[in-house]
Amino acid sequence: MPLPLPLPKPIREIGRKRINRAPSPLLAVAVPWLVVMAGSLSPMWPVIASAPILPPIGFLMLVAWEQLRPGILPVWAGLPLGLFDDLYSGQPLGSAILLWSIAVILLDFVETRFPWRGFALNWLFASAVITAYLFLAQALAQPGGVGVPLAILPQLGISLLLYPLIARLVALFDRFRLMPVREA
Amino acid sequence: MAPTGSRRPGHSRRAQYGTFLNYSLAVAGAAAGGALLLVVASDATAFSGLRGAATDLAAPAGEVGAGARAESQGLLLTLGAYFTKGSRVAQLEREVAQARVRLVEAEALHEENRELRALLKLSQSDPKPIASARLIGSSASSTRRYATLGVGSLQGVAPGMPVVSPLGLVGRVLEVGRSSARVLLITDSQSIIPVRRASDGTVALAVGHPDGTVQLKLQSLGVNPLRAGDAFVTSGSGGLFRPGIPFAVVARPTRDGAIARPLSDPAATDFVIVEPQWDEAGLDSTLPAPAGGQ
Repeated sequence: MPLPLPLPKPIREIGRKRINRAPSPLLAVAVPWLVVMAGSLSPMWPVIASAPILPPIGFLMLVAWEQLRPGILPVWAGLPLGLFDDLYSGQPLGSAILLWSIAVILLDFVETRFPWRGFALNWLFASAVITAYLFLAQALAQPGGVGVPLAILPQLGISLLLYPLIARLVALFDRFRLMPVREA
Repeated sequence: MAPTGSRRPGHSRRAQYGTFLNYSLAVAGAAAGGALLLVVASDATAFSGLRGAATDLAAPAGEVGAGARAESQGLLLTLGAYFTKGSRVAQLEREVAQARVRLVEAEALHEENRELRALLKLSQSDPKPIASARLIGSSASSTRRYATLGVGSLQGVAPGMPVVSPLGLVGRVLEVGRSSARVLLITDSQSIIPVRRASDGTVALAVGHPDGTVQLKLQSLGVNPLRAGDAFVTSGSGGLFRPGIPFAVVARPTRDGAIARPLSDPAATDFVIVEPQWDEAGLDSTLPAPAGGQ
């Protein structure tokens, strides 16, 4: 039985023709940047917190992309992405530029040094990077270093537990990124 | 995943230079971040225009989220209220009866206050609010405590203005964009607010804690007179905040003050009000200038 309304052509053809199709180069390049930037916008989410509880979503996504697809973000990606994060995060401007740049260089080093990693090792490396990031960001945010490091412990726990979930989400976006949409 | 070997691109000089340039840029980026941090450390208001513009761009999305937040919280509260309905209704009725008595007393006091002020020829100047708006976001993943407000310089908001909710003081405006503003919440560690105990006027300074409480530091040394449950309001000294805005309730006394819980939970408030700065609100025009200034 035919549908009462003809669906648009791209929708009708989903799953029908996968041969002779190629991913869109625009999507393939832009999606990692956009996903990390969307994560950086988390301070605009409808959560008004009186204590730091929300994990640094943008940073978690950056780490996940670096681990899933090493080299898909250039090694200098910490500069533009960190700048964008600084505009919204409430940290002093420059803190994410510095820490994200160092994190990308570090993850690149880990990639060349320990190329064969499983889930557990990835999580371990990511946990180390996230822990260092949260404590350093806290130190940079409190001028004079008069912070209460204990205040970020709940946030740290949530971040470490959430990381595998973020990595799955990034893997989903990676599939979306490489969806064959364009006629080759 | 198999090693990609992107660091050693082969014999092509061009590819080798490209790789080298990438790493140089990465290190330069980190250095630039450090330099920016130094600039910001010397001048905290640097780049506030850039941030304001960025927040203006994202503000419409935040407005949508803020509406959803208010609705979902209302729904959850309604659902939760069903489970404790009977006992709560009885308790609330008792409290309403008490509150009615208090209200009459307060009205009498208000009237007396007005007469006394008239005797002293002080003008009753409740500041006219500048704007009311929603909090559309907060720095929930940073240890600094900022919130974003959905009004800006177009609505007359300027840095330094107090932001209050019906429950109490929320913070003060720090940076202003055209249609959004950043609010320094009272729980930020850089926020220092002069307060006094509502019952007897014991003065203290309230410093924010990153974990969502405020620390009260008493001005006078000696035996700590604070007890859990003491209510504090702003004292109005130093300008900026008008006296008598509800502020916090002592949670537990410490050696030289107390840890207090702010009365206004920014997460639970739907709309907040931006008030003019207190020193501009006309107090100094009705009072004689303090003697012995310079």
